[in-house]
Amino acid sequence: MLVLDGVRKSYSGVEVLHGIDLDAGPGEVLAVVGANGAGKSTLIKILCGAVKRDGGTVTVDGRPEQLGNPHAAAALGIRTVHQELSLVPDLTVTENILLGDLPTRAGLVDWPAAHRRAGELLRRTGFSGIDVRTPARRLSVARRQMVEIAKAMASEPRILILDEPSAVLAGDDLDQLFALIRSLRAEGVLVLYVSHRLEEIMAIADRVVVMRDGVITADTTPARTDEAELVRLMAGRRLDQIYPARRTEPGAELLRTTGLSREGCFTDVSVTIRAGEVVGMFGLVGSGRSELAEVLFGAAARTGGEIALAGRPARLRSPREAIDAGIALVTEDRKATGLVLDLSVRDNASLATMRTFRRRGLIDRVRQARSVGDLAERLDLRPRGISRPVGQLSGGNQQKVVLSKWLLARPKVLILDEPTRGVDVAARVDLYRMVDELTRAGLGVLMISSDLTEVLGMSDRVLVMHEGRVVADLRSAETDEEEVLAYSIGVAA
Amino acid sequence: MTGVDQRTQDVGDVREQRRVPSRNLLINGGFAVAFVVLLVVAATSTDSFLTDDNLTNLLRQSVTTGLLALGMLMVILTGGIDLSVGSVVALTGIMAAGLAEGLPVPVAMLAAIGIGGVCGAVNGVLVAHFRLAPFVVTLAALTTIRGLAYVYSETPITPTEINFLTLGTELLGPIPVATLLMVVAFALAWLFLTRTTAGRAIVAIGGNREAVRLAGINVPRHVLLTYVISGLLAGLAGVILASRVGIAQPSVGMALELNAIAACVIGGARLSGGRGSVPGTFAGVVLLALIDNLLTLHDVQSYWQQVLKGLIIVAVVLARRREDA
Ligand SMILES: Nc1ncnc2c1ncn2[C@@H]1O[C@H](COP(=O)(O)OP(=O)(O)OP(=O)(O)O)[C@@H](O)[C@H]1O
Ligand SMILES: [Mg+2]
Repeated sequence: MLVLDGVRKSYSGVEVLHGIDLDAGPGEVLAVVGANGAGKSTLIKILCGAVKRDGGTVTVDGRPEQLGNPHAAAALGIRTVHQELSLVPDLTVTENILLGDLPTRAGLVDWPAAHRRAGELLRRTGFSGIDVRTPARRLSVARRQMVEIAKAMASEPRILILDEPSAVLAGDDLDQLFALIRSLRAEGVLVLYVSHRLEEIMAIADRVVVMRDGVITADTTPARTDEAELVRLMAGRRLDQIYPARRTEPGAELLRTTGLSREGCFTDVSVTIRAGEVVGMFGLVGSGRSELAEVLFGAAARTGGEIALAGRPARLRSPREAIDAGIALVTEDRKATGLVLDLSVRDNASLATMRTFRRRGLIDRVRQARSVGDLAERLDLRPRGISRPVGQLSGGNQQKVVLSKWLLARPKVLILDEPTRGVDVAARVDLYRMVDELTRAGLGVLMISSDLTEVLGMSDRVLVMHEGRVVADLRSAETDEEEVLAYSIGVAA
Repeated sequence: MTGVDQRTQDVGDVREQRRVPSRNLLINGGFAVAFVVLLVVAATSTDSFLTDDNLTNLLRQSVTTGLLALGMLMVILTGGIDLSVGSVVALTGIMAAGLAEGLPVPVAMLAAIGIGGVCGAVNGVLVAHFRLAPFVVTLAALTTIRGLAYVYSETPITPTEINFLTLGTELLGPIPVATLLMVVAFALAWLFLTRTTAGRAIVAIGGNREAVRLAGINVPRHVLLTYVISGLLAGLAGVILASRVGIAQPSVGMALELNAIAACVIGGARLSGGRGSVPGTFAGVVLLALIDNLLTLHDVQSYWQQVLKGLIIVAVVLARRREDA
């Protein structure tokens, strides 16, 4: 159904895909895995006409296709959910889903019909509970992701491409997505599925291809391989232990909230973060996790309660105050709130700390390059050069730049909101190790994640949020995924 | 990390810098070609182009557009626009001339430039703190400030002090003082935008305002700053213009904001912010001046000049779009 032969692509003279051969049939769920920057998204962009290939052929249903633009790809039934979210923020969910395909009556848009149709699509996708009349801007990242998926379903896809769709979904939402994929498979749709979450891939894929540095290095099935082997194929090295062995004694109290509330988001949240501690936070979409992070960072106002830093009440009315008080926040949507895509890695990484590089009124470029370069090395940023605009980096590498920005600020309390979204396994291990090292040096970490394994593997304690309240505070060593999940959906007592 | 490693890293970095912006080099290369062609055409097609008088004149005439474009660039980088600069030129010019009747000339001129800064500050406060649209705010300022210029003096003012003319007409060797001033302003602006924290913040704001806010940077303050800079530079341009012409008129400087915007855009600025450069804008300014000069020397009717200039702008921007793709 879909055959690729020797597909090549270069960006400004540097080849990133070196001849991809692939053959996939209808009713197949084909997973594509690979390290950050391996070329997965590039391959997908070629298939959906977002970028033009430089060489090779693509055959769909036996006919060679040019795929010169997204329109041509869509006409062939190729539908894509991109890694970076691409909704129009000021348009409603309905308009986003039906963009360019709004039902009309007598030449005018038939809004009731449009809303109905968008609602149907969301239901069919399994994501009900989103008001189709809200502007996309007001939705959480996970909800936006659901809208993207519904949008891809708007015109019966024959080939559905999902680039890390699950990175922000958890629990039920993820199950919904899988159910959708299975039903599409039954209808004979070819599903291309890119993800860094290997356990997911083992569960849903019929076939797995591994990409490395722009070529396909392995083509296998979940039955014939295991996660460890996939990691080795992707990273080129063995990773024996993903999560560091944590045996830290929590130190002095760094941050404490009492009865913290923000109207409409969360209520009566009392948490404590101590030095040397990794506190995980798990909760479903809309449970108020990210909003809590924003309030702790001074980016959103609280409507009640207290925050104390090292025992002293703190006001935290702006990000500046929070940064000065030693708090850092890695936000969940890097494109919207984390990065200035046109600017270089260097500028982005030092955005929060520019002042510290000042010498006689000017930025000391040598010292700045050294600090940023050091971190780029520690996080294994690829390509390593720090003068490249971040917009040219792969998704996972962009995430590393966001992390660098906050690590440079040398915070005392580091809040991570979905820090490993789109980060490959090897880099994730590096990140975990780094968090571990930092906490040993006295940092306190609040780690919000939808990846249950990660929350349990990385943190000392897990806070579970449900409908704006912290409903459980569990020691990671003494709980399990089932219990955490139960609390998060409000069924555990 | 060892010292050796460090050096390797830095070298790698430099190489990267050279390789990646090759596109800019291409554009600059295109510019260079355009210049050479224009210069050759200019020099061979008329006798008067290469005369001292004409060249000095060309340098002088580019000063107004140059200073305005520089201020405009700062504003555009943040995603804003300043339509009021032409009116500020008129107001500050006529106020400098008027004030010079009672005050020493340098004091009068500085005061007038300060008025330009105040105009910019008002724009800036409305845009940055009251969150009004830059286009609307500065459009209102365009007519308000023009009106104020007429309120100040309906009739042209001819300054009697002879040293009022120094700033606009004095030469340093073959080069007008005002042109030197402009070049210095460009150099400082370049340093400001590439090497200071405020400059980097301004560039970043246009790229992603929210990311900058969350990095703990005071966004409104930096946006305000760009409008103040634009106002001050427009004030300077107004004073220089009055000094060069030797007579200050409330009607001067109509549509100058459009030239300034054109220079920025030709130089690669993106009107939605986050992209644009000082060297590019400089090239844009010189290119526009060259075109004007050439068309005048060839006695092209001024209406046709406007048509041709418009077409050339579109051509340059089109060429740039191809290279950006
Ligand atoms: N617009 C661009 N300009 C230049 N280089 C680019 C551009 N987009 C991607 N690249 C480079 O192409 C390579 C492949 O990137 P791609 O986004 O396909 O990786 P990926 O496998 O999707 O990684 P990730 O898991 O991080 O999303 C990377 O080295 C990246 O830096
Ligand atoms: Mg990708």
